[in-house]
Amino acid sequence: MYSFELERPTRLADAVKLLSDSTESLPLGGGQTLIPTLKQRLASPERLVSLAGIAELKGVKTEGGTLTVGGGTPHATVAAEAGAYPALAALAGNIGDPAVRNRGTIGGSLANNDPSACYPAAALASGATLVTDRREIAADDFFQGMFSTALDEGEIITAVRFPIPEAANYQKFEQPASRFALVGVFVAKYPDGVRVAVTGASEEGVFRWSEAETALSADFRAEAVQGLSVPAEGMIGDLHGSKAYRAHLVGVMTKRAVAAAKG
Amino acid sequence: MTQVSMTVNGKAARGDVEGRTLLSTFLRDQLGLTGTHVGCDTSQCGACVVHVDGKAVKSCTIFALEAEGAEVATIEGQANADGSLNVIQQAFQDHHGLQCGFCTPGMVMSAAALLKENPKPSEAEVRDYLEGNLCRCTGYHNIVKAILAASGQDVGAIAAE
Ligand SMILES: Cc1cc2nc3c(=O)[nH]c(=O)nc-3n(C[C@H](O)[C@H](O)[C@H](O)COP(=O)(O)OP(=O)(O)OC[C@H]3O[C@@H](n4cnc5c(N)ncnc54)[C@H](O)[C@@H]3O)c2cc1C
Ligand code: FES
Ligand code: FES
Repeated sequence: MYSFELERPTRLADAVKLLSDSTESLPLGGGQTLIPTLKQRLASPERLVSLAGIAELKGVKTEGGTLTVGGGTPHATVAAEAGAYPALAALAGNIGDPAVRNRGTIGGSLANNDPSACYPAAALASGATLVTDRREIAADDFFQGMFSTALDEGEIITAVRFPIPEAANYQKFEQPASRFALVGVFVAKYPDGVRVAVTGASEEGVFRWSEAETALSADFRAEAVQGLSVPAEGMIGDLHGSKAYRAHLVGVMTKRAVAAAKG
Repeated sequence: MTQVSMTVNGKAARGDVEGRTLLSTFLRDQLGLTGTHVGCDTSQCGACVVHVDGKAVKSCTIFALEAEGAEVATIEGQANADGSLNVIQQAFQDHHGLQCGFCTPGMVMSAAALLKENPKPSEAEVRDYLEGNLCRCTGYHNIVKAILAASGQDVGAIAAE
């Protein structure tokens, strides 16, 4: 690792100030992605601003039909406290391993937008709103391709608002070495239609499978996606699975998610 | 350099660290607690698992400064007060839950975290909890057996696969 200063503010306002002055700074969430990145010298900030000590960024609360998760909330807390949105709690409880879940945060996961990460699928399928220190961003506008998001430099995800669906489920076909999703599909049924988000599969990162959404909005049964498929072109192909294999898995995991969907 | 202070295995510990100093480095190189092993240094293997404020974390993937003021528990603090092995450690010995022993500190710390959350886990729950702890020797079976035994459950029924 290159050398850097580590700041640990306890108020959001102080973190925002530290991230906006002239020192080249990055927010540090749980560090479960950023620390390995720093070790590989793939990033060389002059300063890290840890968000872990900021109480106002933590916690899960439900109001009306919306579940709000603080941007600095670890996966383990979401798994334990997001009972109002069971598919989301289950997704969080199945990220990585217990030690990763005790540190890794929702804000870090969404900001990183790893093409195989789980939370991006939940946020996109739920039509979530990402709240930052300066604005609100709809999930549909937030994810902009592998490792790329609408966030500006130094912008902090302070909370994520999930409209709670009538029924939902996330199916993750795990890549056993990394424990990320080889392909993961999140299906969420709302009164105005069904949303289907796919992670792990595309070279463009997380995406909505609109054909399946149309079919499932008309008929919310696994059979409704029978015969539909995503093209292998544009899928990720690597030693863990070919493009065609991933494209096939998208259909399989979507059907499983619909069959398992619960409120 | 910044001074960091924390409680390690019940005793006050302090030292000067850089921003980039990992908790694993602080424990091993500054406090001489080399029971915490660094197997991969890439957050994959779990040999470095310690508890920070009661929660299992990979000490190679948290900075020492982030543990400022925390209660840290490492393998060195696990034995009983009289120096004898604690229930989990003894079960690892009794059930041959280790061979080379490299992964064992992390396994024992993860097992301790599991049994605190879930005192009578099923075999599947033990295996699931150990997802982030890799062992290249045992094939896991005897580790799982040891943890079930440590939880007071009868392991006679778990035949070798
Ligand atoms: C062994 C292992 C297995 C894993 N398995 C999975 C898995 O199955 N599924 C999965 O989805 N993920 C998995 N992960 C990744 C894990 O979920 C990470 O926690 C997550 O990707 C990053 O979150 P973090 O809080 O650790 O962020 P960090 O590593 O601290 O930061 C990641 C990036 O986000 C930025 N950032 C952090 N917080 C914020 C914020 N609030 N606002 C804006 N930017 C921010 C940082 O500057 C950095 O660029 C795994 C990780 C490991 C080590
Ligand atoms: S040394 Fe920390 S996870 Fe392997
Ligand atoms: S006993 Fe050798 S790695 Fe587990």
